[in-house]
Amino acid sequence: MLEVEALNVTYGRTRAVQSLDMTVGDNEVVTVLGSNGAGKTSLLRALQGAVGTSGGRIVFDGKNITAKSPAARVKAGMVLVPEGRQIFVSMTVNENLLMGAYLRRDDNIERDLTEIYDRFPNLAERRHMSAKTLSGGEQQMLAIGRALVGRPRLIMLDEPSLGLSPLYVDRLFNLLGELNKDGIAILLVEQNTSMALDIASRGYVLELGRKVLEDRAEALATNTALTEAYLGGSDGDGSARVLDEQP
Amino acid sequence: MSGYMSGILAILAINIIFAYGIYLSVATGQLNLGGAGFQAVGAYAAAYLSATYGFPVFLTLLSGLLLSGVFGFAIALPILRTRGVYLVLATFAFAEVIAGALLNSDTFGGAMGISVPGYVEWYVPVIIAAVVTLFVFYIMSTRFGLNMRAIHDDEEVSDLMGVPIRKVKVIAFSMGAALAGLAGGLYAHTFTFVEVQSFNAILSIYVLLYVLLGGTQTAWGPLAGATFFTLLPEVLRDLLPATKTFLVGLVGDAENVAPPDESWRFVILGVLTVLMMVFRPEGLITRPMLAHLRLRRPSAPNASGEALE
Repeated sequence: MLEVEALNVTYGRTRAVQSLDMTVGDNEVVTVLGSNGAGKTSLLRALQGAVGTSGGRIVFDGKNITAKSPAARVKAGMVLVPEGRQIFVSMTVNENLLMGAYLRRDDNIERDLTEIYDRFPNLAERRHMSAKTLSGGEQQMLAIGRALVGRPRLIMLDEPSLGLSPLYVDRLFNLLGELNKDGIAILLVEQNTSMALDIASRGYVLELGRKVLEDRAEALATNTALTEAYLGGSDGDGSARVLDEQP
Repeated sequence: MSGYMSGILAILAINIIFAYGIYLSVATGQLNLGGAGFQAVGAYAAAYLSATYGFPVFLTLLSGLLLSGVFGFAIALPILRTRGVYLVLATFAFAEVIAGALLNSDTFGGAMGISVPGYVEWYVPVIIAAVVTLFVFYIMSTRFGLNMRAIHDDEEVSDLMGVPIRKVKVIAFSMGAALAGLAGGLYAHTFTFVEVQSFNAILSIYVLLYVLLGGTQTAWGPLAGATFFTLLPEVLRDLLPATKTFLVGLVGDAENVAPPDESWRFVILGVLTVLMMVFRPEGLITRPMLAHLRLRRPSAPNASGEALE
């Protein structure tokens, strides 16, 4: 579904992502791991077209979209849920969801909104309330709901569990599982490594903009160097060289 | 109706139209400190066409609106690339350039200004202000208005959602410029005289204050802001001498009671402005406030009929 070849992203002289190759298959869940500054957010922003690339190709559904606008990518069926639950604070819940349907011109938006409210009963209760009054967890659900109104086939999430209560982290991962069952491919950047590897089939590990590891999720979950670096196994020794920064 | 009252109503109407002009760009997240420039374009276009070619008022107003809109569109393309304080400075510079050009132009009377033959009664600006108000309320209720608010809230996420940010910004800015030009045309025909000095930086600042202090979240904001700040000095004009008389009567010694007199109007205006900024930073009229008012009405129309398109 998504193929990335030799992708480069640079900000001035800083190279955020360097010659990265990766793929996300149809209906697959793939996670990208790495410490702060590894280039995960830059990667997602480049994939959605929010920042330009300085080399490489991004192919979605067999079409080269490297030079396409974010709008064209949304239309093609990929959508990014940005980090930090960026909802529209002056709008109601319902208006936020409508923004997700911006590029749709069909008559089924109302039906899809109903579907989303069925999925998120909390949002349904508050549909005419200001989105600002939602809790952090509800805001994240709203951000995901807003992405879903665009009917994506690939949804990319940047640290969705950041700052959520344990209850909402569970809900979030349940939701991602459900979405995947409904046929949506997921590209997940997460701090919560164990839960991300639990739900993903494959994972990539980035360090300073480069891919240092790529494997099946089960293999990554049992990779001692990785688990030590991310799950705080034993106290840092040399074996965690792949990821020397503690998250 | 007394000449005084009709004069106030005409100014109020012109200020409301002017405020809506600036509101359209501010509600899209673009601060606009060039209001006086756009108003000057509209006013001078109307004055010139009326004085030189004897155009009827209807045509001069339309020309002022269109010309100002074209100016807005032309400068929106380069100017909206800047943000924040740079955008404020760029719009401000535009107004100064317009003022400078008019001041040095013989065609437009230079510092002498132009006398305008066409005169409109107070109800003309009032009716037009009502139409403009309805128009802006309509715009804000459409999908386009929702996009404006989205850009105001978060430009980056709007971009990710596929909103054509540049297009929305340029259209909103140009429409706003056109409305400011319309206000200028009405000004020319109400006062039957235009001179550059009237379209100064203070005017740009005041109109931006109307909008910011009235509130940018809904179309009620500029209406409230323009009304409040236009009428307040007039109310104080009567109130202050009355207070003085009262105090004098109380103390019984006119010698030692200096304030408050006429000149305190602007002090009070300034203090109120600062207080509003402190206590209602999002403006006089906010969404939560309107929602609250709606809830308190017994048979409030259910908002579930909210439009999709």
